[in-house]
Amino acid sequence: MIFPAIVVIFIFNYIPMYGIQLAFRDYDFSKGLTGGAWRGLFYFRQFFESYQFMDLMKNTVAISLATVILSFPAPIILALLINQVRWKRAKKTLQTTVYLPHFISIVVMVGLLNVLLSPNSGVIGHLLTSLGLGDVNLLGSTRTFVPVYVLSEIWQHCGWNSIIYLAALSTVDPQLYDSAKIDGASRWQTIKHVDIPALIPTIIILFVLSMGSVLSTGFEKVFLMQNALNLPVSEVIATYVYKIGIISNQFSYSAAIGLFNTVINFIFLYAMNRIARKSSDISLW
Amino acid sequence: MPFVHKKSRRLNDILFEGAVYLLCLLIFLSIVYPLYFVIIASVSDSTLVSTGQVTVFPKNISFFGYNEIFKDSRIWTGYSNTILYTVLGTAVNLLFTLPAAYVLSRQEFRARRFLMLTFVITLFFNGGLIPTYLLMKDLHITNTMWVFIFPFCVNVYNLIIARSFFESSLPKELFEAASIDGCSHFKFFMKVALPLSKAVVSVIGLYYLVAHWNDFFTGLIYIRSNDLQPLQIVLRDILLSNQVFSQGAGAGGSAGGYAQQYADQVKYGVIIVSTLPILLVYPFIQKYFDKGVMIGSVKG
Repeated sequence: MIFPAIVVIFIFNYIPMYGIQLAFRDYDFSKGLTGGAWRGLFYFRQFFESYQFMDLMKNTVAISLATVILSFPAPIILALLINQVRWKRAKKTLQTTVYLPHFISIVVMVGLLNVLLSPNSGVIGHLLTSLGLGDVNLLGSTRTFVPVYVLSEIWQHCGWNSIIYLAALSTVDPQLYDSAKIDGASRWQTIKHVDIPALIPTIIILFVLSMGSVLSTGFEKVFLMQNALNLPVSEVIATYVYKIGIISNQFSYSAAIGLFNTVINFIFLYAMNRIARKSSDISLW
Repeated sequence: MPFVHKKSRRLNDILFEGAVYLLCLLIFLSIVYPLYFVIIASVSDSTLVSTGQVTVFPKNISFFGYNEIFKDSRIWTGYSNTILYTVLGTAVNLLFTLPAAYVLSRQEFRARRFLMLTFVITLFFNGGLIPTYLLMKDLHITNTMWVFIFPFCVNVYNLIIARSFFESSLPKELFEAASIDGCSHFKFFMKVALPLSKAVVSVIGLYYLVAHWNDFFTGLIYIRSNDLQPLQIVLRDILLSNQVFSQGAGAGGSAGGYAQQYADQVKYGVIIVSTLPILLVYPFIQKYFDKGVMIGSVKG
């Protein structure tokens, strides 16, 4: 019963890993994935020495770090907030609503940003003008690209990501709340001394996991949000790999850049896991 | 003194309560209003929308945008392709994932730990875009519908969710009892495990379904032919590349000004037409969310 799954995982996940050697070889169309001449670190050196390397690194790290730092705490705060709502119906409605944007596709999400943020016809454009902030082209500016990206990420996924924290909160022993109340704790103190400690293990695990994908976040969304005006800050490693590899057919060079990205991700994941294990005894492995 | 103290504490709690509800209301509005705005903008006069006069109710209702959308053959091709990929894809996903998850959930299965490890590794490591792309080429499935189905047969994350569910919801004694009556694993899976696991089947079914419906990447990388493009690629052309009208009336044509004026209305309509199916499935499966998601992810 498990055989079909093993076969597909092997073919579609492990064969490409074997194909990573391409990063160290010349791609030879007639000899396939692993038949070309060995080039060692040639393509890596080419990437490190290219004039785009620093910009790509800077953009990738900026977008990823901003996303992790800002969008990681958001669902925790939201879950704590929803957990405080005592009126059942309101709680249910709020939960259903905040989950909703998660199901919108990336294309539609970026399309929404385009129509809503468009400087002369979007609602947010009108709002900014009426607040006296003038015509800002939020999508075509190098200064606003990252904030727009991160805020829209939070808007779309914060609610969905809060589910898991809400689940963790629902397992808190009610007696803890009762005894906190008897001890004279205010609602705020209950959050601080009961709710947050209950969430810590979940927070750490999810944080470690999210660090593992720090440098590979959001190829599709960044790609779709790119335009000629914001390209100086929106070109990231993943979009560059796509352009070099799929569009201009430089397979080996592109594979080397992709591998570089994976290695950095893994180092991040490893480091974060170590820190988590040292400081809290909770880790992925 | 204690009395005063108690009173001020109650006042604090009332303030706290007020702040909670106020914040919740703000969050609620910030999510609902943009979605609501898209709906009213799609049926309002586009000049009024673009000058900011449509805020709460639609004005000068017209269905021009929807008319254009339903006349557009690209939308129909995209729609029917996506429905095919989604339905077939999700069926294949469940067929591959559920039996595998069941096997991995059985304690008596010897290779269990080893296989689980090899599966989990793929969550952190992959060959990257280029080796994967070249593999698809070698397998001759680029530019066919199969590229939407085969590479995604098993999602390891969903597999883990299903495995955890089977582990925690099927007591060991259940299979022991059934096997005394001569029940094989396969029969037990079909007759007992699956019917008891409706919650998790619907949750991962929904995950797969949404992923197929929203899949943009596969079409972008692997599909060249227009007839095979999924809805998301068509949407990109309309929403982002501004190819709003398929028949010549785009910017620069004789009807350019006219077309540009209505382009936004078409865009609002397209957003609704393409997202509606997902939003219609959602309420039916939502009741299983808390249960299914919780079991899968907390233990992960």
